[in-house]
Amino acid sequence: MRYAETGYNLEIDLATGNIEKVETDPKLLETHLGGLGTSVKIHWDRVPPETKPFDPENLLIMSAGLFCGTPAHSANRTLFTFLSPQTNLLAYPMMGGFLAAELKYAGYDKVIFRNKAPKLVYIWINNDKVEIRDASHLKGKGALETQELIKEELNEPRAQVAAIGLAGENRVFVASIEQSRSSSSRGGGGAIMGDKNIKAIAVRGTKNLYLANGAKFMEQLQEVTDYIKFRNANPIPKVMTILSGIGSPQEMKHTDEKWHTESFAWGNARERRKSFWTEEVEESWTKLQLNTVKRLISCYNCPQQCGGLIDYKGVPAYMMKCFSKLTYAMGAYVDDLNFSFKICKQAFEYGVDSFSTPQILAFAVELYEDGIFTDKDFEGCPTDKEGRFFWLLDRLARREGIGDYLADGTYWAARRIAADRGDTRTLAYDHNTTKKHEQMNIKLGMLDPLYFLMYGTNEKLSITQIEGNWPQMPFGKMEDRIEFVKDWPQLPDEKFKQYFLDWEPRGEMGNPYYPTPQIASEIVDWMEQLHNIDDALGICAGMSSFCLKPPYHVHVFPKLISAATGMDVDEDAVKKIVNRSRNLHRAINILRGVKREDERPPQDHWKHRFPEIEENLLTTYYHYKGWNYDGVPTKERLHELDLDYVADELQRRGVLKDEQN
Amino acid sequence: MSKIKKKVKTIKIDADKCNGCRACEIVCAGFHSTPKYDIINPARSRIQVITHRLKNIWLPVFAGEYTPAECMGRDIYVIDGKEYEECAFCRATCPSRDLFKEPDSHLPLRCDMCEDDPPQEKPLCVQVCLNDVLIYEEREVEVGEEESVDLAEVGLRSLIDKHGFDTLVDTMVRIAEKG
Ligand code: SF4
Ligand code: SF4
Ligand code: SF4
Repeated sequence: MRYAETGYNLEIDLATGNIEKVETDPKLLETHLGGLGTSVKIHWDRVPPETKPFDPENLLIMSAGLFCGTPAHSANRTLFTFLSPQTNLLAYPMMGGFLAAELKYAGYDKVIFRNKAPKLVYIWINNDKVEIRDASHLKGKGALETQELIKEELNEPRAQVAAIGLAGENRVFVASIEQSRSSSSRGGGGAIMGDKNIKAIAVRGTKNLYLANGAKFMEQLQEVTDYIKFRNANPIPKVMTILSGIGSPQEMKHTDEKWHTESFAWGNARERRKSFWTEEVEESWTKLQLNTVKRLISCYNCPQQCGGLIDYKGVPAYMMKCFSKLTYAMGAYVDDLNFSFKICKQAFEYGVDSFSTPQILAFAVELYEDGIFTDKDFEGCPTDKEGRFFWLLDRLARREGIGDYLADGTYWAARRIAADRGDTRTLAYDHNTTKKHEQMNIKLGMLDPLYFLMYGTNEKLSITQIEGNWPQMPFGKMEDRIEFVKDWPQLPDEKFKQYFLDWEPRGEMGNPYYPTPQIASEIVDWMEQLHNIDDALGICAGMSSFCLKPPYHVHVFPKLISAATGMDVDEDAVKKIVNRSRNLHRAINILRGVKREDERPPQDHWKHRFPEIEENLLTTYYHYKGWNYDGVPTKERLHELDLDYVADELQRRGVLKDEQN
Repeated sequence: MSKIKKKVKTIKIDADKCNGCRACEIVCAGFHSTPKYDIINPARSRIQVITHRLKNIWLPVFAGEYTPAECMGRDIYVIDGKEYEECAFCRATCPSRDLFKEPDSHLPLRCDMCEDDPPQEKPLCVQVCLNDVLIYEEREVEVGEEESVDLAEVGLRSLIDKHGFDTLVDTMVRIAEKG
């Protein structure tokens, strides 16, 4: 009997149409838990470093987390892993919504796709019945539209459907996979799905999922539930509203956008507008949002409600979540929230990443304004800001005209345009990417050691999925700090309290000198671990790693995992498992070319940079992680994590040399 | 006819507050598994949240009585401009649909308002819904004595309806013989 996991993966060879239900090795639960952990292992075992993202051998794995389908609150993440067309690294964007649990109830932990279908298809997984169905009638349809059409066609309103839009079909590098109110967007999973000719994956499951000790699990979970209630009743004082609660940013509920609109950069991640949030703006935005968001909605088994059902005049109903409310408006320099509610629907139907895409469109506007793109390139484009963005979005999704450049993201677009037009000026416009991936639109003053490491080194490449439990900024007043650390059961170690008390807004005990490289490494390591645990279990980061004082933390996980699976794990054991997965992931990316010099946030991310401190940060952090000067896990570290086979491979490929270790 | 006191349990459903999380389904399914919570399968829950997200419909419905025959006609409600699916508000385990049936055996499911020993303070779905959609109320009323129908009987009746009395008896005899 398998517990918490189903013990089966679905293997689909799209070229031959062969579908197999394959029992998985129970040992993998002990070594990699599930979700991201076990998916990374499959990629390591089966996809060699020579494989390119659009090769048939690139696997696309859709995975539920280990806790998805159990009563664990907010355990609903569906995780896609694939070689990203944008970064050429192993990407793992995930989405909330409802699909992961459904997949478990259908009897599978993962669906593994290999090769490409000869024509556009969709996959219908209904318990043991799995079909590859023709999707030619869905070609060109929107990602949201497709979900509804498939449910109707199958006459199964309870099916959960993940789908791509036109952008995915056209292999746009920032194409997302959309599902209900959620989307898996970073890194271009939609392009890989499109390349494999999969329009959608529909799932319905009515089977049992077993827990080793359900009663015990519920008892442990009660602690989490109680804490959710406590936190919902007690927002954290002294921080921005958006950071005060739990759950993913409650963007559909909160109307106060002073912080986002004034602290984040507008346009192509260019400038902050420090006096944007006037009373007038506040009034009109608030009114519109309250009138437009018809209902707040959650993901599977989550008491929070980060999503909103959008009812905007003239636009068919759709669902929105998170920061997409602002990214297009800010990218386009449009001060009117009406624009957001209009363009988001179009963007979600095309299926594109709401973080990268607005920056790419703004990049195109800059190139035009600076005379690199010509009137001919912009022929037919409306001249107003809103119309221009709609037009550019359309070009990008269709890969038409200059859209073909834009579809590859700012990094590649800048290089292709430079090459095609013999004009290297474009390269400078790609100023906000790390490892070829658009980063948050943040431009700040002083180098921040923690953020330097998180932006630079993590395999996820997306800051919102790395940061979390540690406050973003020091508190000015000592009394507030004392108050904050007083009740902080989430900490892995008491010493973190002192770190926080010592942290000053400026001076020697502030950025960039403090947290010191050693302390920064400890904090970042802790936060990364939390994210890795969440990603293995399929827990929403918003209820765990990505929020201040969350209900899930290092001290509750081992108890829950033990009760759910029947394994007997303590904190050290859990830590070791996720470290193993992280190092394996690291090894994959190292073999795919990640270098020390790639591990840095965009140059203009902070106005004041300190090359020496940055070098020291990187070296200290690598050392702390058990990696060598180049960021490669050492033989010893790999041995500790039972990854000798990885060390052998790194040595065989000459990435790890005996003498440098 | 003699009168007896009876406790009437009511769950008030403030459907407008439902965020569609389905936590109620999960806990109901887990609570009614043996041993408790070892099996999780919302398809076996006695509460089902009928969901049409884009139509702004989230409607928690509780499993009521088993009925061997479907109604002669059907109803479709339109409320506030929202059209609900056929029979949406009906609680019956009915041959016309697969709602409120065990997925494999198709045996009927019925909400028991969470009978437990010792009794639960509130039904489980009410406890787990943190959005105050499900509000539990109890009151005492005087009623005439009624026949109580136990669940095993309801289950058996549904099998008789499905397979016929004779087949069922034959099968039971065969099972009994096998030991
Ligand atoms: S906190 Fe928000 S994003 Fe996270 S699971 Fe809950 S509803 Fe979904
Ligand atoms: S638990 Fe409450 S909010 Fe969630 S689906 Fe059930 S009734 Fe709706
Ligand atoms: S009251 Fe109890 S039996 Fe009835 S639906 Fe709720 S949890 Fe299930």
